[in-house]
Amino acid sequence: MIGLSLAYLRDRALNTALNIILLALGVASLVILLLFSAQLEDRFDRDAQGIDMVVGAKGSPLQLILSSVYHVDIPTGNVPLGTVDLLRRQLGVAEAIPLALGDNFRGYRIVGTEPAYPALLGATLADGRMYQQKMEAVIGAEVAAGTGAGLGQRFIGGHGLSSSENGPKHNEAPFMVVGRLKPTGTVIDRLILTRIDSVWAVHGIEAPHEHEDGEHDHDHDAKGEEHEHEDHDHAALPAGHEGETAEEHAAHLRPAEVTAVLVRFNSPIAAVRLPGFINRQTDLQSAVPAVEISRLLALVGVGLDAVRAFAVLLMITAGLSIFVALLTALKEREGDMAMLRVIGASRAAIIGQVASEGLILAAAGTALGLALGHGVIALAAANFRQLQQLGLDGFSVHPGEALIAGAALAIGLIAALIPAFRVLKSDIAETLANAR
Amino acid sequence: MPIPESGAFSEPSQGPLVEARGLSHERDGRRVMHIGDWHLAAGAHALLLGPSGSGKTTFINIVTGLLTPSHGSIRIAGQEMSALPPAGRDALRRQTIGLVFQTLRLIPALSVTANLALAQKLALGRVDTAEIERLIGRVGLAHRAQARPRQLSQGEGQRAAIARALVTRPRLVVADEPTSALDDRNAAAMIDLMFEAADTTGATLLVATHDGRIAPRFANRLDLVAPAAGVAS
Repeated sequence: MIGLSLAYLRDRALNTALNIILLALGVASLVILLLFSAQLEDRFDRDAQGIDMVVGAKGSPLQLILSSVYHVDIPTGNVPLGTVDLLRRQLGVAEAIPLALGDNFRGYRIVGTEPAYPALLGATLADGRMYQQKMEAVIGAEVAAGTGAGLGQRFIGGHGLSSSENGPKHNEAPFMVVGRLKPTGTVIDRLILTRIDSVWAVHGIEAPHEHEDGEHDHDHDAKGEEHEHEDHDHAALPAGHEGETAEEHAAHLRPAEVTAVLVRFNSPIAAVRLPGFINRQTDLQSAVPAVEISRLLALVGVGLDAVRAFAVLLMITAGLSIFVALLTALKEREGDMAMLRVIGASRAAIIGQVASEGLILAAAGTALGLALGHGVIALAAANFRQLQQLGLDGFSVHPGEALIAGAALAIGLIAALIPAFRVLKSDIAETLANAR
Repeated sequence: MPIPESGAFSEPSQGPLVEARGLSHERDGRRVMHIGDWHLAAGAHALLLGPSGSGKTTFINIVTGLLTPSHGSIRIAGQEMSALPPAGRDALRRQTIGLVFQTLRLIPALSVTANLALAQKLALGRVDTAEIERLIGRVGLAHRAQARPRQLSQGEGQRAAIARALVTRPRLVVADEPTSALDDRNAAAMIDLMFEAADTTGATLLVATHDGRIAPRFANRLDLVAPAAGVAS
């Protein structure tokens, strides 16, 4: 009977192909949405692992999280280095890791931090060693692959957080690669890690321990002037670097400042007490990655829900199309069905034949839709770097796809069974009499 | 009463192949067919002759178990068709009867060969390719074996339908108006073919028609007249 179903489907090939394509489009849309949102959430979770709170300059908390946890936005500003010690002194704080941002190399962010940062994200060295001296750098796996940089490679950072061939360069302070990290599947793969004072040095700022406290302001001005003479346009443009936004300008590091501090708690009390404490400080704000990301996903989610509803509608349309196609086909084939009954096909065999026709259509549509969905994600990831950076992978399978496939098959089955029972309810003798 | 494993290969039962007792049928309180007592012995090909509305199709539906008579009974190969449950009727029909219709012949999506194979599979649970090829050759369609029904001429389609009815080696072949759409020459050729094929497979023919041209070919005739006027045989 499967052979008969295939023969009937082949007999109306165009109709069959259209129904398969229609269902495949619905399935593919749902698969793309599922993979995209699941992989995005997974990536968000992985990048924020172990980070309970981020402390940075006042501004948008979401921006603070995006810039310092996911490295996709510009920072809200800088905070005094003393913030790190302030946080470390608080009860319930297990770790406080400072980050200093401001430069990039070919679009890969240079992050001044402590070795605790790669350790927090579970990154280990593939070769070389962890940076120890000023201007030494350890690069993530994607940076190594993207730039082809090996151990001992020297490079010059460009100012700003995204690549620009024409942007200002810190020619006076080259970095040297001393280690490369293994791939982690987190944001650290595309970061260049170095000591905080390397970032300060690039901007002509000396580490605070080299000065007395009272000299800071004076020193800053002095260094600022020195900067100007060094053909480094930091201070040359009072309103900021050319092509920079005011926010980017605000993010410029000044002496003894860091961009943000990542905090890990070892006590739930800290999670309740510390955010309020931080937010009461004049220049500081705290943000919790989990809260901000769920807020972001809720915003994006409205759009995703709309597309998802459209995809479900597409699948239901495909189901209706299969239903109409089979209903029409079976109406034309009532005589055939009656003849099949007369030459020995049981009722179950007739239902099975029609059901298998719907199921074959649905299975073909589902298979094509799954392949199309994964193919689109893979193509998008291959062609758009931003999507690749978000961790989109066309070859990973999500358990939710089984649900989509099940729903598509159920739609095909239901669309087939309704006309099948209709045929069975008809009087064979009468059908034969009409068809004779 | 147990149903034979396969009518095609079981031993013929003693007694007539078709036996009607007090058979008549009413629809909406109006008599549409009356046969009374009648029987058909195995091998005694019979013609069911009568004008339109005389109840030929009703009788065929009763013989094949598609319709339950309002009065009397019908026995096929010793089993009372009208007393069997639907599944039992399906089995008895599948194992004993081959059907040839005037217009409704083959599944259009399948080739001639595939149509015969499907009939064999449904009736016998197996496919005998050699038998299918032999029968297709016997009805003169060897060159059209892979053709779809819509690609066949009316005569070719009718021959394919006869082959399909015989491929399960039924003991009784019921044909409804097999020649009424054919010209004289083709009608004669069709009847020749049916006789030859039936003799080859050992089937008994029961042909319902209003086509008087083929009447002389049958020694055994059941003449149906308008129900209001009763029945003559």
